[in-house]
Amino acid sequence: MAKTIAEINEKIKKGQAVVVNAEEIIEIVARKGAAQAAKEVDVVTTGTFGPMCSSGAYFNFGHTKPKIKAGGGTALLNGVPAYTGWAAVDLYIGATALPDDDPRNKIHPGEFAYGGSHVIEALVAGQDVRLEVAAYGTDCYPRKHLDTWINLKDLNEAVLFNTRNAYQNYNVAVNLSHKTIYTYLGTLKPDLGNANYCSAGQLSPLLNDPFLKTIGLGTRIWLGGGVGYVAWQGTQFNPQAPRSENGVPKRPAQTLAVIGDLKQMKARWLKGVSFVGYGTTLNVGIGVPIPLLNEEIARYVSVRDEEVQCAVVDYSEAYPQGKPEVLGEVNYAQLKSGEIEVKGKKVPAAGLSSYKNALVIANDLKEQIKKGEFLLTEKVADLPAEKAPPFKPLNERPVKEAK
Amino acid sequence: MAAKKIVLTFPKSKIDKPIVYKLIKDYDLVFNIMKASITPDQEGHMVLELSGEPGHIDRGIQFLKEQGVRVEPLSKEIKVDWDKCVQCGACVAICPTGALYVKDRKTMEVVFDPEKCIACELCIRPCPPRAIKVHF
Repeated sequence: MAKTIAEINEKIKKGQAVVVNAEEIIEIVARKGAAQAAKEVDVVTTGTFGPMCSSGAYFNFGHTKPKIKAGGGTALLNGVPAYTGWAAVDLYIGATALPDDDPRNKIHPGEFAYGGSHVIEALVAGQDVRLEVAAYGTDCYPRKHLDTWINLKDLNEAVLFNTRNAYQNYNVAVNLSHKTIYTYLGTLKPDLGNANYCSAGQLSPLLNDPFLKTIGLGTRIWLGGGVGYVAWQGTQFNPQAPRSENGVPKRPAQTLAVIGDLKQMKARWLKGVSFVGYGTTLNVGIGVPIPLLNEEIARYVSVRDEEVQCAVVDYSEAYPQGKPEVLGEVNYAQLKSGEIEVKGKKVPAAGLSSYKNALVIANDLKEQIKKGEFLLTEKVADLPAEKAPPFKPLNERPVKEAK
Repeated sequence: MAAKKIVLTFPKSKIDKPIVYKLIKDYDLVFNIMKASITPDQEGHMVLELSGEPGHIDRGIQFLKEQGVRVEPLSKEIKVDWDKCVQCGACVAICPTGALYVKDRKTMEVVFDPEKCIACELCIRPCPPRAIKVHF
């Protein structure tokens, strides 16, 4: 018999909901079958903690006396440029932003020791952050310079707003060339020296709801150690990616745009990280509760690592050149064993998404729901799923210089 | 049995002479070459882990010094700041000796075994949260 989210929420409020994580449900479904599991279990919690570049935060730092309009000017946070193209005192700081004087890859591979992601971590950790604004001055906003310390607790609104997180599956990166390469999937040793992957596999939110039957616009989630919401489909949303028989995409597929109050998040779950030779990015922790409304959903959440296939891609040539070739498919059980086979060679595999911390997140969300502190939401609208326009590359139309 | 990690610097005049094999032959020591770089007409460097009776190790080191080899303890130490570590596996893929490794393939916890570390420092830069530091 199917359940509703309202019924599950009633049980959560009474402290009677049966909640397990996405690892525990595997065994329950294997033992009792999906139909029985759907009857006995109310919620399955998922988690992921990995580098997610399309992340950032906006905030309103409050008006100065006399007033200043950062919009159209420039702003730096601990030396990292923030986006000012808004009204007077709103700023957006993106995870991959770098100080103007960072040497980047001038001496390759660059260090990328500090960027926007580190500023976000500093803010969430409660540290003072230096804000420098240069404005052009107007009659209504006459001030031209500001150099001050700010602190998260004093900001008006501070909101984490990530436009692409929680990728449903991802590539396994390898290097076929004869020299070491430095990528957003880590340092890749030459001649298939190692393979790096980036997904929590069987714990990953969108792999447990492959058709987004329960996750949609407005879904309440665990975000950065606080509460967040699904704001939209993420960019590069691609439900048309090829799927296995169980419905699970075998390639990078759907994504989420997420939003939440930065003030209640924790620095442990929003960590600034540096990928040598690539740049800075933000490690984001996300947990999504999946209500077991029926047998079909119970089947989806019982997905195991060995049932999630992904593509091995050469990051020395195929990926940077936008070529579609894949070197083969492997599953997450193979990846997590620490060794995969590519082109007949045994290659050591390592994950950049932390399975250990994904489980900590799933368990934290589980405890919050059990204690009645976290209620589930009905989605306000479906994310586009099959109706989504295809995810396409740029149709480049080069501009000819006028003579 | 005792063990000691040492850094050897061979002067230019000595790099074509067989020396370290005598540690086995004359001093009954076992050694494991953890790192070696010898360039003709330049200095040679070697990191050795010696194991054997404590008295034998001391006498073996004395022998090396008498041959004009500079002997220093391997004092560089790699430390992981576990508060900064995000428990990804970027270092595991890079570590050549398996000192940084996944302890349990179910929990996927990354741990560090200082005994296996040769302080090559290859892990320092690929660590995304820069949680690994060298201490001298």
